[in-house]
Amino acid sequence: MAELLQYLFAGLTSGAIYALAGLGFAIIYNASHVINFAQGEFIMIGGMATATLTAAGVPLPAAALAAMALTMLVGVALEKFAIEPARDADVVTIIIITIGASIFLRGAAQLVWDKEFHALAPFSGEDPIRVLGATLMPQSLWVVGVAMAVIAGLWWFFNRTLFGKAMLATSFNRLAAQLMGIGVKKVLMVSFALSAALGAIGGIVVTPIAFTNYEAGIMLGLKGFSAAVLGGLGNGMGAVVGGLIVGVAEALGAGYVSSAYKDAIAFVIILFVLFFMPNGLFGKKGVDRV
Amino acid sequence: MRDLMRWGAAAFAAFGFASLASGHAAAADPVRIGAFLSVTGPASFLGEPEKKTLEMYVDRLNKQGGVQGRKIELTVYDDGGAPDKAATFAKRLIQSDNADILIGGTTTGTSMAAIKIVEPAGVPFISLAGGIDIVEPVKKWVFKTPHTDRMAAEKVFSDLKKRGLTKVALISENAGFGKSGHDQSLLVAPNYGIEIVADEVYSPKDPDVTAQLTKIKNTPGVQAIFNFGFGQGPAIVTKNHKQLAITQPLYQSHGVASKDYIRLSGDASDGVRLPAAGLVIADQLPATDPQKPVVTAFKKDYETAFKSEVSTFAGHAYDGLQIALSAIQRAGSTDKGKVRDEIEKTSGYVGTGGIVSMSATDHMGLNLSAFHMVEIVKGDWKMVD
Repeated sequence: MAELLQYLFAGLTSGAIYALAGLGFAIIYNASHVINFAQGEFIMIGGMATATLTAAGVPLPAAALAAMALTMLVGVALEKFAIEPARDADVVTIIIITIGASIFLRGAAQLVWDKEFHALAPFSGEDPIRVLGATLMPQSLWVVGVAMAVIAGLWWFFNRTLFGKAMLATSFNRLAAQLMGIGVKKVLMVSFALSAALGAIGGIVVTPIAFTNYEAGIMLGLKGFSAAVLGGLGNGMGAVVGGLIVGVAEALGAGYVSSAYKDAIAFVIILFVLFFMPNGLFGKKGVDRV
Repeated sequence: MRDLMRWGAAAFAAFGFASLASGHAAAADPVRIGAFLSVTGPASFLGEPEKKTLEMYVDRLNKQGGVQGRKIELTVYDDGGAPDKAATFAKRLIQSDNADILIGGTTTGTSMAAIKIVEPAGVPFISLAGGIDIVEPVKKWVFKTPHTDRMAAEKVFSDLKKRGLTKVALISENAGFGKSGHDQSLLVAPNYGIEIVADEVYSPKDPDVTAQLTKIKNTPGVQAIFNFGFGQGPAIVTKNHKQLAITQPLYQSHGVASKDYIRLSGDASDGVRLPAAGLVIADQLPATDPQKPVVTAFKKDYETAFKSEVSTFAGHAYDGLQIALSAIQRAGSTDKGKVRDEIEKTSGYVGTGGIVSMSATDHMGLNLSAFHMVEIVKGDWKMVD
């Protein structure tokens, strides 16, 4: 029993990290149907900036805010200088641009910071919480809690604010939205700023568990993308559920089957779900003209 | 046709003259050292200190007059950790840069790729990577300076044996360094009477390994845990080891013998043991240790020049350069065959990695005495033996 619980906690820890990474994909996807492969790099920049600032003596809240501001700036710059000039290109081209941007951001991070790993002190200490013989680090709860808060925030933004609704409208029909007086250029820019901020938040809460370095975005981006696809692209709740499923499957796989196959087990589950539900667990049915 | 012949003759004469001139100037010709290192990419934290070290010492030696009155010319290429690029650069260094000797191959992968080029070309090559495959079986032109993963496993197992702990759980990274270390550990464990009772792996970027450690914790009879990997993985293993309150002692490999590991894992690293080269604990070595003056001087040079902690990887580059230059000195020329023979005759060279004595059957020349067992006590290294 304690064993199973410990595996579930292990899955919860990594799953919450994947979920938070996956959430970032939702906003830009919603606004433009673009999958932003530089999302992992937003997470990395948030983590690296916070880690280096706190190491330099800046208090955590100030460092976190500064890191979010920096990441948003990077997000806006990415949209302004890389995505906007290519706005007439099709979605696939823009996705490829984001892949290029992710490589560029990794290179830039190497120059701005360094190639070392950076750590951040856990927000509420390092004493594990004991439950029925299993242990959980308080930081894992931070990750879960922040993921929940972010979904709530996103739901409110997209359903209760005019600008959020404008973003959704743009994603459904860009031309119609423009004719209704929605500034679609601004929508795209705000979506990049928002998802960059979201990535930064993810980076800040994840770094105390998994550390960060200039390459940390690759894994987080990949696992986050898997989580988002599993849950249904563009659906916040789906990304969280998807992340937790991947994390728990990995942990149970490592515990009961073999740690050598844990990644394979997670991917088999993803393939299986997508085979029967091509839009993911919570995805809307979409019809595409071919 | 006649014109062409005349041109040909003129060109031939000019060429002959030029080669004569260069033959005449051979005494002042520089010693050409070619290096290909992973200065960027995933192994950049190894390749960058290696590059800095080579450049610093070549610069310094040139100011002192070079080797045998000849300047040293260092050419460094960055292979980004990609084996195919390493092979291309090795070829370029040999064919266009006329390198007299090659140093490099930050990783086992890049070194193995370059071996395919240097062996048929017949150029001495000193690798800076850990994998035992580089020098086993022995290749005529290939040497290496770092310790192997097999030595690290042997050092750990001999320490375990001394403490009477024979049932060991292995947890290793499922890629590169950790994988090779895992295989070597399984290979040498029986020689020390060690039984591997659990064998778990994790991916290099996994954020949590408590599942694997829980499995180990619930395996009956485990007396110690041995982790093989580098980067953030071992630090996460260490933190999770503490989180689960596992009482069996944790051993790490030489891959984490840097202050970075202690910084990342915090006080969870207290009590962890690992094999480390003398360079890591330079100030704790007894004054009688023959390595003491070498490692202290190198540490001081490096840390004053670059304001960052010296790493064993920088030391490997230093050793490679010293072995190469003293072989050239003894050979009295840069004749590739002679230099190769002299490298093989390297005997009693005191370097940062240990005391190197090579032979026709041993192109690394280090033994277990090159490693010290250290324990982490309150965030610092403490030499155990």
